[in-house]
Amino acid sequence: MSAPSDAMVEIRSVHKKFGSLEVLRGIDLAVRPGEVTVVIGPSGSGKSTLLRTINHLEKVDRGWISVDGTLVGYRRDGDKLYELREREVLRQRTKIGFVFQNFHLFPHLTVLENIIEAPVSALGRPRKAAVAAAEKLLERVGLLDKAAAYPAQLSGGQQQRVAIARALALEPRLLLFDEPTSALDPELVGEVLDVIKDLARGGTTMIVVTHEIGFAREVADTVVFMDEGRVVEQGPPADVLDHPVQERTRAFLSKVL
Amino acid sequence: MPPQTVPPPSPSSAAPAPSAEAGSEALPRIVPVRRTGRWTAAVAVLVLLGLALDSVVRNDAFQWDVVLSYFATVPVLRGLWLTLWLTAVVMVLGFALGALLAVLRLSGNPVLQAVSWGYVWLFRSTPILVQLLFWFNIGALYPQILGVSTTRLLGPVAVAVVGLTLHEAAYAAEVVRGGILSVERGQVEAAQSLGLGPWRRFRRIVLPQAMRSIVPPAGNMLIGTLKGTSIVSIIAVQDLLYSVQLVYHRTYQVIPLLLVATVWYAAVTTLLSIGQRYVERYYARGTAGAR
Repeated sequence: MSAPSDAMVEIRSVHKKFGSLEVLRGIDLAVRPGEVTVVIGPSGSGKSTLLRTINHLEKVDRGWISVDGTLVGYRRDGDKLYELREREVLRQRTKIGFVFQNFHLFPHLTVLENIIEAPVSALGRPRKAAVAAAEKLLERVGLLDKAAAYPAQLSGGQQQRVAIARALALEPRLLLFDEPTSALDPELVGEVLDVIKDLARGGTTMIVVTHEIGFAREVADTVVFMDEGRVVEQGPPADVLDHPVQERTRAFLSKVL
Repeated sequence: MPPQTVPPPSPSSAAPAPSAEAGSEALPRIVPVRRTGRWTAAVAVLVLLGLALDSVVRNDAFQWDVVLSYFATVPVLRGLWLTLWLTAVVMVLGFALGALLAVLRLSGNPVLQAVSWGYVWLFRSTPILVQLLFWFNIGALYPQILGVSTTRLLGPVAVAVVGLTLHEAAYAAEVVRGGILSVERGQVEAAQSLGLGPWRRFRRIVLPQAMRSIVPPAGNMLIGTLKGTSIVSIIAVQDLLYSVQLVYHRTYQVIPLLLVATVWYAAVTTLLSIGQRYVERYYARGTAGAR
């Protein structure tokens, strides 16, 4: 059952319940290396939960997820999946970058300290090298002059760009974005999407949960439409967004477009 | 402002005049309300304060000369020293134990949670005076601890340290727990998603942010503990209060010697309050307005 060699992310029959609420009802999905997958769907469709299961912030109840050929959060022995110890899960997470809707920058650390924290303490990089790498990342997101600022001194768009730089500092094989522009003022959405588009062109494998249909059309290799804990429809944006087969996809798109 | 509501502009200006210029000539002056009551109250209170102060300074029964003559004597300073280090030790040990209790309470282990809850319940629900007397007489319950006579092991000073620390820890536990809970859950998730281990998450991410909520009540507790140590005079530990008591039992100058202790307590408390301001400012870094 090892993942097919061409998949960076493979999700197989993933189920998840919160109490009696079934949030994920059997999700199957595969993402090839270098691909950008955009997940859309109404609130409560389970798309954020799915994203969080990929780096094991949520545990799955059934099914499995593999990233880069390795099971996330579990070790398989025969027909059983054994939950991994936290230390091993943490090591897996350093290969998966996660960008939150509300940024979750560390408010008591400067921008630079936010970025070098994980490379230094989780990967054991020398501080000097981490700082040099962080400055390069800040330049890439256009915020080199803000290295010494605290997050509260930045706009929402700038904070999210720092959060992206922080996730990139671990040089992850996969980047996960959980509604990265939903907490932003409308005029700040563009600068964050530009950074993500730039990463997409650079060949980073990404899964993006978003409500920005225009962004999906422009950047996605695959668009996944989710509703009520299931994948309703997936395919290239030209198919899913412009010629949806499923009635529910059509109904959703007619409301958001 | 529409032109028709201001005094008529000069007829020559056909286009609407710039309202700022037109208004600056015509705007009426604003006169604030006269606060007669406020002034009267202030004067009355100042007069009363002056009378009270006068009665203190000019009343010979206060014996300020005696206060001064004992203020920096060796027994008083020795007592002050004991009060200071006892406060420091109780505060440090109390918060160390309190932090441990808070972590137990927030752990996923129901047994540890219950033990922590039980500890806080027990030590908060009995008076510190009773607890202190209890520890002072613990030898009646356990005459020997590990083969050593309990009364020799636990002298009055050791009893003071143990009794005050165990009591302090119960309150510190709640203060620390409240601080940890005040940190947004997303902070921990962000640290987890970056692969930071549990100890690093606590020390580097959670604790510094929790300190913002911990410092003000901890400052309160420090000041409370400084004054609260005076209770050890009941078990004959020679702290600041007991030291002046020893003097006035001999000389019967009760009031001036109590004033010696009072002034020392107030002076140290004032210094601590000033220190607290700087600590709070340090932990507020990164929040809006502070830098």
